[in-house]
Amino acid sequence: MKFHTIKKITFITSLLISTGLQSADALAATAPATLLNVSYDPTRELYQSENAAFTQYWHKQTGQSVVINQSHGGSGKQARAVIDGLEADVVTLALAYDIDAIADSGLLSQDWQKKLAFNSTPYTSTIVFVVRKGNPKQIRNWDDLAKQGVSVITPNPKTSGGARWNYLAAWGYKQKQTGSTEQAKNFIKSLYRNVPVLDTGARGSTLTFTQRGLGDVLIAWENEAHLILKEFGADKYEIVLPPVSILAEPPVAVVDKNVAKHGTRKLADAYLNFLYTPEAQEIIAKNYYRPRSAAALKKYAANFPNIKLFTINEVFGNWRSAQKTHFNDGGVFDQIYVP
Amino acid sequence: MIDNRRKNSDPAAVQVLLTILVLLFYFSFIFLPLALVFSQAFQKGWEIYLEAVRDPFTIEAVKLTLLTAAIVVPLNAVFGVTAAWAITKFNFRGKSTLKTLLDLPFAVSPVIAGLIFVLLAGSRTPLGSWLGEQGIKIIFSTPGIVIATLFVTFPFVARELIPLMESQGCEEEEAAITLGARGWHVFWKITLPNIRWGLLYGMILCTARSIGEFGAVSVVSGHIRGQTNTIPLQVEILYSEYNFTASFAVASLLVFLSLIIVLIKGLIEKKFRKNSIQLQ
Repeated sequence: MKFHTIKKITFITSLLISTGLQSADALAATAPATLLNVSYDPTRELYQSENAAFTQYWHKQTGQSVVINQSHGGSGKQARAVIDGLEADVVTLALAYDIDAIADSGLLSQDWQKKLAFNSTPYTSTIVFVVRKGNPKQIRNWDDLAKQGVSVITPNPKTSGGARWNYLAAWGYKQKQTGSTEQAKNFIKSLYRNVPVLDTGARGSTLTFTQRGLGDVLIAWENEAHLILKEFGADKYEIVLPPVSILAEPPVAVVDKNVAKHGTRKLADAYLNFLYTPEAQEIIAKNYYRPRSAAALKKYAANFPNIKLFTINEVFGNWRSAQKTHFNDGGVFDQIYVP
Repeated sequence: MIDNRRKNSDPAAVQVLLTILVLLFYFSFIFLPLALVFSQAFQKGWEIYLEAVRDPFTIEAVKLTLLTAAIVVPLNAVFGVTAAWAITKFNFRGKSTLKTLLDLPFAVSPVIAGLIFVLLAGSRTPLGSWLGEQGIKIIFSTPGIVIATLFVTFPFVARELIPLMESQGCEEEEAAITLGARGWHVFWKITLPNIRWGLLYGMILCTARSIGEFGAVSVVSGHIRGQTNTIPLQVEILYSEYNFTASFAVASLLVFLSLIIVLIKGLIEKKFRKNSIQLQ
C-alpha cells in the first residue's frame, strides 16, 4: 500500500510528460510558418497591429499561414539575448548600435543598414516630455529638467534604447545651444542628479511614472507619450514638446544566420518590406510613430507637430562613436551618474 | 499539544499587544496583498476575468509552467533522496562539502543562477555552439527554463529529508542488513517508507517554488509570447502592456495554485504528525 501512492505519482508524472511531448510533436507537424521578431519595449502595440495585417497580407499573397512571435524588452537587453542565442528571424530595435552589436557577433553582415530604404528605419520618432496635468512644475524645455526640485523619470541607458535617445537628445540640445561639450556634460550631470530611479526599459519607466506615481516629468518616446494619454487618460497627463529634440531612428534587420537556419529568408524579407507599404505605414502613423511615407504623414499630420529635430550624426558622428564615448563602461554616463 | 504548553505568565497587556501586532502584520503583509490581487482581477467582472484566463498566450504559459513542474519535481525528488540517503546513512570523505554544496542554490540569487546557464550554454560559448550544431536549443527555450528551475529548486527535497533521516538514525537499516537484506531491498522496505511523508512534503515545497520562480527563468526565457513564458513572466508582460486586469487575473491563477499547494501541504503535515506519533 505504501508504494502505491508513489507508483501512482510516477505513473501520472510520466503520463503528463509524455502527453506534453506528444502535443509538442503534433504541433510541430501541423504548425504554420513562424517568424520571431525580437523588438524593443514600446513597440508591443505597434507590432500587434502590424503582425495581424502582415499575416493577412501574406496569406493573400501566398496562401501560407504564418505566425509572428514577439519578444519585447529593453533594446540593449534584447540585442544581448539575440547574441546569446535567442533565435530572432528579424530584429526591430530602438537604435542602430544594438544591431551593430549583433552584427559584430557575426549573426548578420556589417552593412545591414544599407539593405532597406531610409537606413533600414521604416519609421522614426522623437523624444518628448510627459508631465502631470496642469504641468505643475512648469516644464517647457530641456533646461527645466536640470533645475533643482524637479524629479525626472528616464530608463537606464545601459540597457534601454529609449534611454540612450533621451540622454543624447538632452546632450545634443545643450551642445548645439552652447557649442561646448563641457557645458553639455555639466548639464547632463545635473539632469541625472534629478533621476531617482533607472528602470531597465522604457515601459518600466512609464509604469514608474504612472502606476507608482514617481517623478514630475517622464522623458519618453513620442509614441509612448501618446499611448500614456490613451491608456491612462488625457485628464491626468499632458505631453510637452521641447522646441528642439533628436530624430530617433529605430532600425530593423533580418538576422542572416538565423533565417538561414530556419529557412525563413523569404518570409523575413517580406515581413520587413511590408513595413514600408502604405497599409503598414498607416498603422505606424496610427500608433504615433512618424511614418516615412509622405501620404501617411500628411494624413496624420495633426499627430506630429513640427519640432526642430537634429540627427545623431550631426552631433555625435555616428552611433558607434556615441556609444563608445557615452555609454560603454567608463564612458561619460559612468562618470556623471551617481546613484 | 495544548496540555504541555507552559502556563502563560506574561502580563495581559503584553499578550494583547503581541497578538494585535501579529494580526496586524498578518493582515497588512499577507491578507491585504492577496485581497488586492483578487479585487483587481475581478474589477471588471467575471467575463473579463474568464477572457483573460482563457487567452491563448496565458493558456500556453500555464501549460509550460505545469510541464516544467512535472519534469523538475520528480527529478529533484530522486536527486534529493539520493543526496539525503548518502549524507545521512554513510560516512565518506567530502560529506560536509556535499552538504554545503546542496545549499548553494539557496545562497545564489536566482538571477545569477539564470545567468550561469546563459554563460554556460549560450550560443557564444563552446558548449552552446556545439549544442547548436546538433540542433539542440537550451537557452531561450523550454530546456533552459527547466534546467534553471531545477537548479533553483534543487535543495528543497534534500533539505527536508536530511534532518528527518538524521533523527531516524541507521538502526532499522542495520537490523535489516543483519537479517540478510540487500541494498535496494533495504531502501524500498525500510528507508523509503520511513521518509515518505517528508519526501512528499519536500516535493510540494519544490512544486510551489518551481511554479512561482521568476528571476532565473526570466533570464533564460527570451520572453517569446506563447512559447517561453511561464505564468509569472506572463503576469509581468500583461502588466507591462497596460493589461492590469488581465495581469492580476493571471496572478490570481498563481495564487489559486499556491492555495491548493498549501492545502495539500497542510493535509500531509497532519498525516505526517500522526505517523510520527504512531512511530513513537
